[in-house]
Amino acid sequence: MKGKVFVKKKPGVLDPEGATIQKALLNLGYREVASVRSGRVFEVELEAGNSKEAEEKLREMARKLLANPVIEEFRVELENGGGPSKKLGVFEK
Amino acid sequence: MKFGVVTFPGSNCDYDCYHVVKDVVKQPVVYLWHKEHHLDNCDVIILPGGFAHGDYLRTGAIARFSPIMREVADFAMRGGMVIGICNGFQILCEAGLLPGALLRNRSLRFVHRPVYLRVEKNDSTFTNAYQKEQILKMPTAHGDGCYYDTPEEIKKLEQSGQVLFRYCDREGRLTEEANPNGSLGNIAGIVNAAGNVMGLMPHPDRASEPILGSADGAGIFFSMVARFAGLAVA
Repeated sequence: MKGKVFVKKKPGVLDPEGATIQKALLNLGYREVASVRSGRVFEVELEAGNSKEAEEKLREMARKLLANPVIEEFRVELENGGGPSKKLGVFEK
Repeated sequence: MKFGVVTFPGSNCDYDCYHVVKDVVKQPVVYLWHKEHHLDNCDVIILPGGFAHGDYLRTGAIARFSPIMREVADFAMRGGMVIGICNGFQILCEAGLLPGALLRNRSLRFVHRPVYLRVEKNDSTFTNAYQKEQILKMPTAHGDGCYYDTPEEIKKLEQSGQVLFRYCDREGRLTEEANPNGSLGNIAGIVNAAGNVMGLMPHPDRASEPILGSADGAGIFFSMVARFAGLAVA
């Protein structure tokens, strides 16, 4: 099974990378850009009996290692056998 | 008083710490490999600076799961003295042994230059060799040193007197220019609520002998020795 874990800074936490990228976009002429927040995505291949189990495992991994709960929030997403990916809820803080 | 310096793959200040303890503070000291499951009966544990496990993911995020960290956490919970310098501070935050987190420097630049620190409290295990509001000079060398926590947590930290060092200018003023990384409240070093675990971004290990431009950092090591010997005025 394949899943993704999206990690980004919580709202309000400084994100100097996002601010710098925003500045670069403005310099490129994208005056419509009001804000940029940076983050990262982990693509995880894992073995799991079903998608619920996979989702739980991914959440556990995110809480334990992939995200730092002091500064970051995460959300997980599962890929269903080549079909459209199943979005699982909102960012967990 | 026996010191233990933990070496992670990627630590690069372990020898600096070892040298200061052995040759300046003149106390017994051993290295502890990160895969060990014991602390060799040490009385104080130093997590040194460097880039443990390449600093992949987040600084300290992988190192906190090194086998020895279980022992370090138990030791800290029992009241043992633990000090994390630079990368060691980041590891302690990731491990939850200190509150807060160290974010990328606000400038996005790696900052390596001497800074001034103001001693905010001199009745702690780690600062009893200093005067209150004494100004110290030590080098920094970090890319992720911006101390952050939620406003509520920062308030708690301040109210309980857990901030031991702040970045300041030569005269001790807490200015924005004197803050090398954007840390909230110019915070450079903190202690846990129990008072036995400290984290500090600048390097006392690189400023403990006059030949290095400053011997101000040695006081942290001497403070621990004094506290251990029960000589410190608490």
